[in-house]
Amino acid sequence: MEYKKTRQGYVDGLKELAKTNDQILVLDADVAKATQTFEFEMEYPDRFFNCGVQEQNMLSVAAGLALEGYTPFASTFGVFATCRGGDQMRNSIAYPKLNVKVGATHCGLTTGGDGASHQANEDIAIVRSFPNFTILVPGDYEEAKQATIAAASHEGPVYLRFGRDSYPLVPQVHGAFQIGKAKLLQSGSDLTIITTGIMVSEGIKAARQLETLGLSIRLLHLPTIKPLDTEAVIAAAEATKGIITAEEHSVIGGLGEAVAGVVSENCPKPVLRIGMQDVFGESGQAQELMDKYGLRAQNIVEAGQRILTQFYSTANV
Amino acid sequence: MLTTETKRFLIEKVKTVRHEILTMVHRAQSGHIGGSLGAADITVALYYHLMKHDPQRPDWPDRDRFVLSKGHCTPLIYSILGDCGYFPREDLTTFRRPGSHLQGHPFQPKTPGIEASTGTLGLGLSTACGMALAAKLRGENQYYYVLCGDGEIQEGQIWEAAMFANKYKLNNLIAFVDRNYLQTDGYSEDIMPLDPLAPKWESFGWEVHKIDGNDLEQIVATVQLAQQSEKPVMIIAKTLKGKGVPFMENAAQWHGKPPSDEEYQMAIQTLY
Repeated sequence: MEYKKTRQGYVDGLKELAKTNDQILVLDADVAKATQTFEFEMEYPDRFFNCGVQEQNMLSVAAGLALEGYTPFASTFGVFATCRGGDQMRNSIAYPKLNVKVGATHCGLTTGGDGASHQANEDIAIVRSFPNFTILVPGDYEEAKQATIAAASHEGPVYLRFGRDSYPLVPQVHGAFQIGKAKLLQSGSDLTIITTGIMVSEGIKAARQLETLGLSIRLLHLPTIKPLDTEAVIAAAEATKGIITAEEHSVIGGLGEAVAGVVSENCPKPVLRIGMQDVFGESGQAQELMDKYGLRAQNIVEAGQRILTQFYSTANV
Repeated sequence: MLTTETKRFLIEKVKTVRHEILTMVHRAQSGHIGGSLGAADITVALYYHLMKHDPQRPDWPDRDRFVLSKGHCTPLIYSILGDCGYFPREDLTTFRRPGSHLQGHPFQPKTPGIEASTGTLGLGLSTACGMALAAKLRGENQYYYVLCGDGEIQEGQIWEAAMFANKYKLNNLIAFVDRNYLQTDGYSEDIMPLDPLAPKWESFGWEVHKIDGNDLEQIVATVQLAQQSEKPVMIIAKTLKGKGVPFMENAAQWHGKPPSDEEYQMAIQTLY
């Protein structure tokens, strides 16, 4: 299996955009080597602005550039953008609905060694609560590149979420990227697995495992968290007995709660959420942390089995 | 030098604007009077004498921009924009009411003439930096004026913007700090000391001027000087909070308190 960085997809997308769109500007806050935007700087030095360690200023500067007609991509780590820069994300960008793109890398547990302070596991929750923001959480390098390109032609604030690590390439998600559209990877009638971001590969693995148990699995990938593809989610709820969501993010305020909200209001079915269980992470290698914090195919499989035993086995008697 | 005629015109405008500020906040029973009254001279000088702008064409690309970084002083900017004709004067009666485009703090998408949304303090100067940078990238030469409160510049983001403006040589940025020494909870030097203020801005690479911010002659002359600067400019404008209404002057309690009917009548009668 081939592995690639989603943040590389970000900068490759930016470079692609810049070829034909001279309104694209890239800002960074002294983490250009990490976000990879230094590659953009090398090719387009006049359209790159290193704001130093000033996330708050960078985000409001981006708002100012957008007011003047530019399409700025403000780049930093997810924690710095959404927690340090939460006010600027809300009042400078979301509220006036400005055409600012926030490229956030080092999101989620797989940020690894830097530890909990740097692992944004609540960024989706924060940004989801701001009206006007579109949230894109691509699953691999290719989807990250596509999402970045799609963000530029979407008028309005977009939060792009990338990781730090290298992640498996998932050819199943490489079809046309459309903001707000889920990708139905396969139909099935027993359970639905809904993934976002890099959990797509774990979701696919889990589906294979559940299939060996004789179950029919529907597999839905949501690279857009907001606006949520409610139609696809309701269709999944209608077609199967229950849903397992999987995200590299807190179960509070992320994909799981978004799905649960739609399902409970339209077609109530059990929804079990795989993600960070309201705890901070810690330092470690990405892979061992995913094991320790339960972000694995096996955890999805167990949740699926729990849906069938807890909600259906007695009813069938 | 202002001609006698221009000066008389501006003084009349300042008085009209102060009257409107009092009326708006009294009617809404909500809003910020003190800072609005104190900064009226600066903002009137900008809109009625110094700035290149056209109320009939709020999107005119060559216009100078004004960003109200101390966003709570909407009674001031709305009075001026309404008087200039950016929107019907009657709209002022809807200030802070549901459905109005005149929100408690500036909301750029809805209000013609408002250049940037502000509200939480510290945002406006950074936003103006982004706007001024855009003008530099396009090789344009309009000016970007910003009004900050002195309490506001206690925000860390202000000093981030200060560094940024220096780095990108934004000499098209002309900012004021409305130095009235009063903030919500009292005297600024008790709450969080700011003095000596001029050396702070100078050490951040800005050209600094200190003026009487209630003196139209000084405001105009200093801005004209600032327009020639090679650096971003900070004009530390000493003002009297509540200026124009004797019992509101230099009194922290008039930061965000609306006047009663009686107080409003007294304010109008004593307005000078």
